[in-house]
Amino acid sequence: MNKAAAVQISYFPGCSLATTAKENNQSLIEVCKYMGYRLAELKDWNCCGSSSAHGIKPELGFNLACRNLSLAPEGIPLLVACPSCILHLKQAQSRLKRDEAATKDYERCWGRPVDLNLKILHFFELMDGIDCLPNTTLNGLKFAPYYGCMLARPPELRHEKNYHGLMEKLLSCYGASSIRWSYSSRCCGTFLSAAKPEVAGPMVNRIVQNAVDSGAECIVTACAMCHLNIEIRCTLKRVVPIFHFSELLSIAFKTGTNKDWFARHLIDPAPLLKSKGLTV
Amino acid sequence: METESSDKERDHAGLKGGFCEEIVRRSGDDFRRCYQCQSCGSGCPVSEAMKYRPNGVIRLVQLGFGREALESPDIWLCMGCNTCSTECPMAIDIAAVMSALRETAIEEGVRIAEPGILNFHQEVLNSIERYGRTHKLEIMMRHKLRQLDLFSDIDIGLKLLSRRKLDLRPSKILNISEVQKLFSGSTGEIT
Repeated sequence: MNKAAAVQISYFPGCSLATTAKENNQSLIEVCKYMGYRLAELKDWNCCGSSSAHGIKPELGFNLACRNLSLAPEGIPLLVACPSCILHLKQAQSRLKRDEAATKDYERCWGRPVDLNLKILHFFELMDGIDCLPNTTLNGLKFAPYYGCMLARPPELRHEKNYHGLMEKLLSCYGASSIRWSYSSRCCGTFLSAAKPEVAGPMVNRIVQNAVDSGAECIVTACAMCHLNIEIRCTLKRVVPIFHFSELLSIAFKTGTNKDWFARHLIDPAPLLKSKGLTV
Repeated sequence: METESSDKERDHAGLKGGFCEEIVRRSGDDFRRCYQCQSCGSGCPVSEAMKYRPNGVIRLVQLGFGREALESPDIWLCMGCNTCSTECPMAIDIAAVMSALRETAIEEGVRIAEPGILNFHQEVLNSIERYGRTHKLEIMMRHKLRQLDLFSDIDIGLKLLSRRKLDLRPSKILNISEVQKLFSGSTGEIT
């Protein structure tokens, strides 16, 4: 594992990690620090536009994403934690690359040249390819790896590397054991959880039911919105705790703080962690 | 599916030129290459709640049934999860087509099949315009108030508050005028 001199990276947390999923944010920052990355939060970042701007006012969504790109210091990779934010930022960059008029508007609007080579990284990309020394810190925890829709991308980004299997590979390396199940790439319902719960509720229940039926002791999410939707909309009697990927990594790496963030979960993970001998 | 529309009605929506061409232009993707394999409809996680399913909506637009497409609940139920485009053998950006349809539906003032979902999006945009970021507590309260549905999720709200998952105060960006300018449609120089 790379524990050499700290590498500086810009960081875009996004609205979910800044508010409802602070536990995701804290654990992710800890894991990055442990890996030797120093994160500098993008100064004065704004919402990427979320599903709402991109869904009903795509131009506004594009411009909101562009403002964030314009704030990124040149030549320093930009780490994005949220799978949805990163799609919006990457799609904006992709359009700037092929649309000269849009690039000109951007430069007039933000008063600086576009950094078309800005490297926009998802958290998974930082974790991909790290040297993993087999360890048993996760004590055989049986987890259902849940990617939601993060692996599905619009056609213009479909040739980019896909990180399917990364959660299984890394967490297994640290002594957890992944189960096979059918819903690992099923969408969680996103905003319908708020705007149309009667549709999102059954979607979430099917996901959790399949994880339970497949023998999972917990579900691991790659996205803060998936995490929230499952926690608030699951109405099944038998549920399992839902972890952010970064939370389990921080246990695996023994990053060292008291991890009081687990108290923020709606489905209490403490009994499971205790039964697995995972003191936090 | 309604197939009785006259040619005049088919080119509905007050759009100059053909309806299909307009949606192709707006979405930036020529989805006329869709050959109705229905992969998108089979894979869509929300298709059970839809009336036509994604492939059906595309077919409506291809045939010029503008009103049927714009007034369908399907375009609002689409979450933009991109599952459909991943499965599409023609690599059509179906989520972008749905966005173009929603945008057109609002502009044309047609009957919105899912006003609650549109209202939710508008509350999110209002929040971004006010603070530069989303303030979830306020978005949900305004949305629930608007839907005259004050109590259905109160238990969830209280749980989230007790677990410190909802911030009472919004996080506001410093340079809010930069963001607000984007809402006024001006892309002029920002100082």
